[in-house]
Amino acid sequence: MATKGKDAQSVPADPQAQSESTAALLRELVAHLRQNRTQLREEWARRITRAQLLTAMTEEEIFAEATSVYDNYVEALETGTFEALQAYARNLSERIIPRGVETHEVVGIVLLLRDVLARSLFAKYHGDFDKLNRILDAYEPAANRIANTVAVGFVQERERIIRQQQEAIRELSTPVLQVRERLLILPIIGVIDPQRARQLTEQLLRAIRTNRAKVVVIDITGVAAMDSNVANHLVQTVEASRLLGATVIVTGLSPEIAQTLVTIGVDLSEMATVGDLQGGIEEAERLLGYKVLPLEELTPKA
Amino acid sequence: MEVPILKQGHYLIASIQSALTDADLSQLREALIERVGRFRARGVIVDVTALDVMDSFAVRTLRDIAHMARLRGAETVIVGIQPEVAFAMVQLGLTLKGVSTALDLEEGLLFLDQQAQLRIERGTGRIDRG
Repeated sequence: MATKGKDAQSVPADPQAQSESTAALLRELVAHLRQNRTQLREEWARRITRAQLLTAMTEEEIFAEATSVYDNYVEALETGTFEALQAYARNLSERIIPRGVETHEVVGIVLLLRDVLARSLFAKYHGDFDKLNRILDAYEPAANRIANTVAVGFVQERERIIRQQQEAIRELSTPVLQVRERLLILPIIGVIDPQRARQLTEQLLRAIRTNRAKVVVIDITGVAAMDSNVANHLVQTVEASRLLGATVIVTGLSPEIAQTLVTIGVDLSEMATVGDLQGGIEEAERLLGYKVLPLEELTPKA
Repeated sequence: MEVPILKQGHYLIASIQSALTDADLSQLREALIERVGRFRARGVIVDVTALDVMDSFAVRTLRDIAHMARLRGAETVIVGIQPEVAFAMVQLGLTLKGVSTALDLEEGLLFLDQQAQLRIERGTGRIDRG
């Protein structure tokens, strides 16, 4: 694995012998890194702090993480297998992403470690230029691969979290709530795109059926803007609900939205609209034959 | 397949059991309109719970039934439209304008009772023979 990406100048006649010598060089390298473990990882942690990376973490945490990254790094160099490092990178990402660690920081620290180790190799072999060359030939492809693995692991973990959150938002975004027997409320918050509008309608229709709803109040106070597409979706939802025998009251149209709708000429004449949610619920209660009274008025007359 | 039409008090109930051909639908329309007169029905309920598809012809026939029955003196209510069917209908622009709808048979009966009550209150309806 470590033989990949070798410089043309150092390719010898026999690739078998070359790969063996690479393995030997890597062994030597690993031994060197093990020997200088304490000093090198301290140097690395120092440089991380100096470069103002990982500012979300304390110095002790940086040192602890640096130690385990270092060990995993050396192990990956030694064995040439990246599974353990990959798993560790994913695990590390899982822990540090919620604390606001950015991609450039993660890439930065891995590259710093690469630099620190390369420097120590220079220091060790500066007398023997040929040997240094061969050591670097063995070290660099492996180090690049490690940097790549860690960075990709971090980005993948981030993407996984983003996907998960999108899913959660989608689930949360359309609650259909029952406030009284046969009265449902559907508060809509945020942007309505065609996909969401469809999901919204489907959920509402299903809820009308399961709750045997007679009146539905759709509150769009939380909808910032409305165009003809969204308005038409709303009209469709109202129509579909009516086919199931439910009356829909739309509440919370802001003055801006009302003006927009009239200006672009969307026909909302089929829709019952009430100013705010409270008014909508009162209207719905009236339709259902409820009357809300203060407790005093309910006490039986003497 | 012929749709059974049941008489329940002053109401006629047509319960569609399976997918219908256009001919079946036309037949249902004629049978219902004829029976509205024969039984002096004041309400018609068409139950479409069993339908999971509703095309434009079916929707038009239902609308025609409602309008024709009204001309013959009976109020029509369509009950049991499935959520998916309702969604598809609206997307196709088949919205059954001017036709009453209700969730299920029970709601439909309740709706017709209320309509009868309203007509009596307004003094425009026939005198309740019940």
